[in-house]
Amino acid sequence: MSILPKRLTQLTLRQREERDFYFCIALWLIGFVLFTGGPVVYSFLMSLTNWTGLTNREWVGFQNYIQLFTTDPLFGTVLKNTFVYGIFSVLLGTLLALGVALLMNQKVPGISIFRTIYYLPSVTSGVAVAIMWAWMFNPRAGLVNYLLSLVGIQGPAWFSSTQWAMPGLILVSLWGIGPNMLVLLAGLQGIPTHLYEAARIDGANPRDEFVHITIPMLSPALFYVIVISMITSFQIFENVYILSSATGAPGTLGGPGTALRVYVIDLYQNAFVNLRMGYASAQAWILCVIIMLLTWLMFRINRRTVHYEAAE
Amino acid sequence: MGTVVDSKATPEHRVARRAEIGSFFKTKTFRNVTHVVLVYGLAVPTAIIFVLPFLWMLSTSFKAPNEVFDFPPKWIPGTFHFENYSQALALAPFGQYVLNTLFVTLNNVIGNLVSCTLAAYGFARLRARGKNVLFLLMLATLMLPIWVTLIPQYVLFNAIGWGNSFAPLMVPPWFGWPFFIFLLRQFFMTIPKELEEAARLDGATTLGILWHIILPISTPALATVAVLAFIGNWNNFFAPLIYLRDPNMYTLAIAVQRFRGQFGNQYIHYMMAVSVLMVIPIIIIFFFAQRYLIKGIVMTGLKT
Repeated sequence: MSILPKRLTQLTLRQREERDFYFCIALWLIGFVLFTGGPVVYSFLMSLTNWTGLTNREWVGFQNYIQLFTTDPLFGTVLKNTFVYGIFSVLLGTLLALGVALLMNQKVPGISIFRTIYYLPSVTSGVAVAIMWAWMFNPRAGLVNYLLSLVGIQGPAWFSSTQWAMPGLILVSLWGIGPNMLVLLAGLQGIPTHLYEAARIDGANPRDEFVHITIPMLSPALFYVIVISMITSFQIFENVYILSSATGAPGTLGGPGTALRVYVIDLYQNAFVNLRMGYASAQAWILCVIIMLLTWLMFRINRRTVHYEAAE
Repeated sequence: MGTVVDSKATPEHRVARRAEIGSFFKTKTFRNVTHVVLVYGLAVPTAIIFVLPFLWMLSTSFKAPNEVFDFPPKWIPGTFHFENYSQALALAPFGQYVLNTLFVTLNNVIGNLVSCTLAAYGFARLRARGKNVLFLLMLATLMLPIWVTLIPQYVLFNAIGWGNSFAPLMVPPWFGWPFFIFLLRQFFMTIPKELEEAARLDGATTLGILWHIILPISTPALATVAVLAFIGNWNNFFAPLIYLRDPNMYTLAIAVQRFRGQFGNQYIHYMMAVSVLMVIPIIIIFFFAQRYLIKGIVMTGLKT
C-alpha cells in the first residue's frame, strides 16, 4: 500500500467524524440559535425600547436601565428583598445542609433511611407543595403556629404580615436542602480517612479535626453549594407566586404590601401583567449582570480560601 | 509531617494508659452506643420536622370542613372523609388536566433524551473543528438566567401563532437542554473508548455505535435524565402560566393554582386532597429512582 491512499482514507475518516459531530449536535445547535442565541440578542435590543405590546415601539436607549435605578418606586425594595432572601436562605440553608451531611456521614446502622427522608422534600417542590406551605403557615389554624403555641409562643401572622412574610419564605426554603446535603455528603466521603488517623496520632481532638481537616477538605463542595444556591435563590418565583397571595388572586403578587416583591416576581409583573416588555427585558439583563458579578466575586474569594487538594 | 512527638505521648503509651484506667465509660462498646444514640437523637427529630408537612397535608385532606380549623388541630380526623378526594376532583376536570400534564411531560422527557443524548455524544467523543467553541457556548448558556431569553421567546412564539397552545411547552425540549447535555457528556467521557474503536474499524456508523454500544451501558445516566426531566416538567409552572389560556389545556400545576384561586380558603380540605394527588406520582418516582437522582446530583456537582 502506498502512502498517498492511506492518507486519503484518514482524511475522509476525519471528515466523516466532523460531519457526524455536526449531525449529532444539530438539534441543540438549531435550538441554541432559535431559542437562546437569537433571543439573547433580541432581548438586549428590546431592553433599549419602550415596547409595551400595545403601542408602537420606539428606541429609548438606556432609559429603561436609568429609570429602574432612579425613578422606579419599587426597584430598590425589590433588590433589597432579593438580597435579604438570597443571603439568609443561602447561609442558613448551607449551615443546615452541612449539619445534616455531617450527621449522615456517621457510621450508624440505618442512616441511609434518614438520607431519603431529608432528600425527598426537595424533589416535591412545585405548586402543590407551596399551597401546602400556605396552609402550614396559616396564622389561625396552621401547624407552625400550633407547634409554637406548644412552647408558649404566640405565632405571628406569617404570610399575612409584612414583617413576617420574608422570614416565613426563608424558613420554607430550608425544606429543600436535599441536593446540597448530598453534594456535601459526597464531599465528606471523599476526604481520605488517613488524614484523620494521622491527626489522631498527633493528639488532635474532634474540634481540631473539624476545623483543620473537614472544613478545608470540604471547601470545594461548600463553595459549589453556596454559588449554586445563590444563583437559584436570586431567581425564586413559584413559592412567592403562591405564598404571597392568600387566595392566589392576581394583583397581590409579592405581597403583603411589597414584603415578598422579589426580583423575578417584579419582572413577571412588568412583563406579563403590565406588558412592559422592554422594561422587563432591561430588568432581566440587570439580573444576569448581578448573578455574573456575584459568581465572579465568589470565585475571587474562592481563590484565596478554598483548598483544592481533595480534588485529585 | 515533622511533628515532634513527646516520648510519653506516643500512641503505644497512651493506649497502655487508657487500658490501665479501664473503666466501662472508656470501652469501645460504650462509645459506640453513645455515638448511635447521639446520632439518632439528632437525626430523628430532624426527620420528623422534614416529614411533618406531608403528614399535615395528608391529615387535612381527610378532615371534615368544620374540623379543618380546629385549634388545637387533630392529627387523626374523627372520621376519614375519603369522599373529599372524589368531591374535590368533581369540582374541576382534573382527568383532563392529568392527561394534558402526562402528554406534555412524556413528550418532553423523550425529546430531551433524544436531543441531549445526541449532542452529548458529539461533545464527548467526536472530533471536529469548532467543537471547543461550541462546547464553551453551551456551558455559557448553562449559566444564563432563563429570564433573559424568556420574553423574546414569548414574543416569538406568539408571533408564529403558538400562543395558547402546547407548542411552546413541547417543542423546545426536542432541541436539547444544556444541563442534561452536560450531565450525559460527563457520563459518556467515563466509558472506555476501546469498544467503539473496535466497532468503528468493523465499519459501524456513529449512530450504530451510539445505539448498540453506548446506550445499553448508559442506562443509569439516561434514567437520571429521564427522572429529572419528568419531575421538572410535571412540576413546571411558569411556562403553562404564561402560555396556556384555555382552561381545557391547563396542566396540573396551573390547574391546582387556579383551583386555589377559585375555592381559596373555604375548601382547604379539598385543596390538600388535590395537592396530595399531585405530589404522589413524584414521591413514587422518587422511591423507585432515588439512586439515579443522587447520581445526577453528585455527577454534575463534584466531578465537573
